[in-house]
Amino acid sequence: MAYAKSIIDDIFGGIRPAARALERSASTIQGWYEAGTIPQKHWEDVIEHAKAFDHYLTPDDFFADFFPVSSSPAMSSHGYPFEKLHCLAIDDFHRPDIETLLSLGEHYLDLSVQKNPDRSVLRGKTLVNLFFENSTRTEKSFELAGKRLGADVISMQVASSSVKKGETLLDTATTLNAMNPDLLVVRHGSSGAPALLAQKVSCSVINAGDGMHAHPTQALLDALTLRQAFDGKTDGLRIAICGDVLHSRVARSNVKLLNMLGAEVRLIGPPTLLPTDVDRWGVDVFHDMKTGLAGCDVVMMLRLQLERMSGAFVPSKREYFHFHGLDRTKLAYAKVGAKVMHPGPMNRGVEISSDVADDPDISLVMQQVETGVAMRMGILHALSNAQDGVQGHGVKS
Amino acid sequence: MSTLSIINARIIDPASGYDGDGTLVIEDGVIVEFGPDSIAEGDIIDAKGMICAPGLIDMRVSTGEPGRENRETIATAARAAAAGGVTSIVIMPETNPVIDDMSLVDFIARRAENAPVNVYAAGALTKELDGKTLTEIGLMSEAGAVMFSNGTHPIADAQTMRRLLSYSASFNALIANRAMEPSLSKGAVAHESDLSSRLGLTGAPAAAERIMAERDVALAELTGGRLLIDMISSAEALEVVRRAKSRDLDVSCSVSINHLSLNEVDIGDYRTFVKLDPPLREESDRLALLEGINDGTIDVIVSAHDPRPAGEKRLPYAEASTGAVGLEILLSAALSQVADDRLELMPTLAAMTCNPAALLGLKSGRITEGAPADLIIIDPHAPWICKSDALLSRSKNTPFDGRRLTGRTVKTICGGVVVFEL
Repeated sequence: MAYAKSIIDDIFGGIRPAARALERSASTIQGWYEAGTIPQKHWEDVIEHAKAFDHYLTPDDFFADFFPVSSSPAMSSHGYPFEKLHCLAIDDFHRPDIETLLSLGEHYLDLSVQKNPDRSVLRGKTLVNLFFENSTRTEKSFELAGKRLGADVISMQVASSSVKKGETLLDTATTLNAMNPDLLVVRHGSSGAPALLAQKVSCSVINAGDGMHAHPTQALLDALTLRQAFDGKTDGLRIAICGDVLHSRVARSNVKLLNMLGAEVRLIGPPTLLPTDVDRWGVDVFHDMKTGLAGCDVVMMLRLQLERMSGAFVPSKREYFHFHGLDRTKLAYAKVGAKVMHPGPMNRGVEISSDVADDPDISLVMQQVETGVAMRMGILHALSNAQDGVQGHGVKS
Repeated sequence: MSTLSIINARIIDPASGYDGDGTLVIEDGVIVEFGPDSIAEGDIIDAKGMICAPGLIDMRVSTGEPGRENRETIATAARAAAAGGVTSIVIMPETNPVIDDMSLVDFIARRAENAPVNVYAAGALTKELDGKTLTEIGLMSEAGAVMFSNGTHPIADAQTMRRLLSYSASFNALIANRAMEPSLSKGAVAHESDLSSRLGLTGAPAAAERIMAERDVALAELTGGRLLIDMISSAEALEVVRRAKSRDLDVSCSVSINHLSLNEVDIGDYRTFVKLDPPLREESDRLALLEGINDGTIDVIVSAHDPRPAGEKRLPYAEASTGAVGLEILLSAALSQVADDRLELMPTLAAMTCNPAALLGLKSGRITEGAPADLIIIDPHAPWICKSDALLSRSKNTPFDGRRLTGRTVKTICGGVVVFEL
């Protein structure tokens, strides 16, 4: 709903009374009414005259239309309503679903929306953060996203509790199910664990990273960051994902999502850190940064996951940085103005040099963190709406 | 004197290649005559034109007795075997305590006294399966151990394997070793491929199997020992065996029924019930293995029966245990491949009857006058759907749950006694 309408109708009592009060022609007011906005030069006038009607407007009220606090963003794309119950992997979604999620993420990206969101979206719903691996960044961003949308949020650090007493994943699932959560955010060290949980609980499961398999919310937030940085366009971008692809769930999800969005994806890394038959993933594979980075719009660096490595994959951090770490020299092989991303946390001096990581003209790392909360709000919103649709229409008042 | 006759049967003996209609006469648990001209005596079983073949011999059965009876006991495994048409089973030594001593071989024999089928024990190759300390292979052989195995863990150390093969040659003992190079398979839960890397599962390459198979073939050649390459799963390892056989080495190999029926795609969305060891590999490997049965390169098909309670299976893929029950599925799954024209009937039956009998030195596994009357009557065309909760095994972990199978055991006769009727 356009704010001009509500101001004209609710405060002044219609177009004609407003025209009389503001001493303007009815056709001018009619124009505002139809456009839904009031030109800035008239704001002061309107604020002044509204006082006579006991309404004390502020300039912020004239922004309401651009940030429709109470209106609901689109839950469908190209005629396909978002109906998925879980967010386990990028494969779960088709292109219209992805568009719905990204546009919701975009909707929440605006800080004034994010901080004053419609808290009824998740009102009465319970979000449980179930983290079997520590990740402050992801966990807190889900917690914040849930709270901003009005959910009751609890966080469970299972790594430090019952698992040590021999409780299995499914025991934990049963226990949780008894608390009747609506949304369950899971991070687990084993590939496929969230999928297993999804079979056993009656709520929506969101995969916040499982083993070396998938990290769909990270891929979505990366895509959203890219859209912001490249004026809404991701198709045709040449994106290099560099480093430890073998152990990276982020890379797996990103390859799928970016391919779906029409980007040209390249993987660059030493052969020991690339998965078997990676050339079948629909990507170009390079072992050398110079040829691999040629013409790239975006360089996505991955963390060298030393904790998942058994045995030697690379001889030393020094050699790794020399050949595969991103510094200004290697970045120069990419397109002029290329952007750098990193899912974090960074090993500075191992896969990325600090001056590249911290240069705001090049690095999108901070934007990725910011986008994280908005994208996760969007995902929670979409899943919650899909739940209400499935559980019976009209349940949500 | 008890006499039993099976009439109207299509009698198939893979050992001699005999395939003909007729009557088979059993006296006191021994086959006395068979053929089109034999005359039925005593009790009569009408086979109604179905196949009468030797009872199957399954060289790789794990139970939980002693130590893990919640998985399976010898009694429940024997019952499942009878229902699957298996009349002889060889129990793997991977129990708690490990069967690494004559007294434990004897324990198995005593526990199996009332079992409906013949139960044999395989002795451990090394004490506690530690891969280093040789067990009393000679004494265990005398006590009745029919073969020796190190369970799921291969003998990693080449010198130990050499000594085992060399030492056991004097007892003519059969040494089974898993073809798996441990350092290449460390932490692996799947076949190393495009699929497993997409699923984020650590894989073992087929080369890990080939390297170990090559090593063991070389050691068998060096020592003159009798080697069984236990459960190959890849075309590469099959090629190693094929070359060894072409040089007349005393090398044999086995394959599990799972690897003849399924491939890595069956993992699908992390189905832990198809998590097996060795891992399921590609379809091309499966087709190569089927061809290996038909051309006789693979000697034995085993069920690789490995009962696991649901609690060990319903875990995230990497944490779930490996293994599947197979005693009741072995024959049907093999016959399904026959029905699909992937396998030929005669070599398939040979790989489950006379071939293992020859390797283990058993008298059963063939239809000949004087052989034990361990027989099965099979309907090779009977369609049925495998339901895991209908299995007789104490554990129900099978990847075949809900699958349509063709061919089924109708009757199982062990020692002249009917031990199972459908």
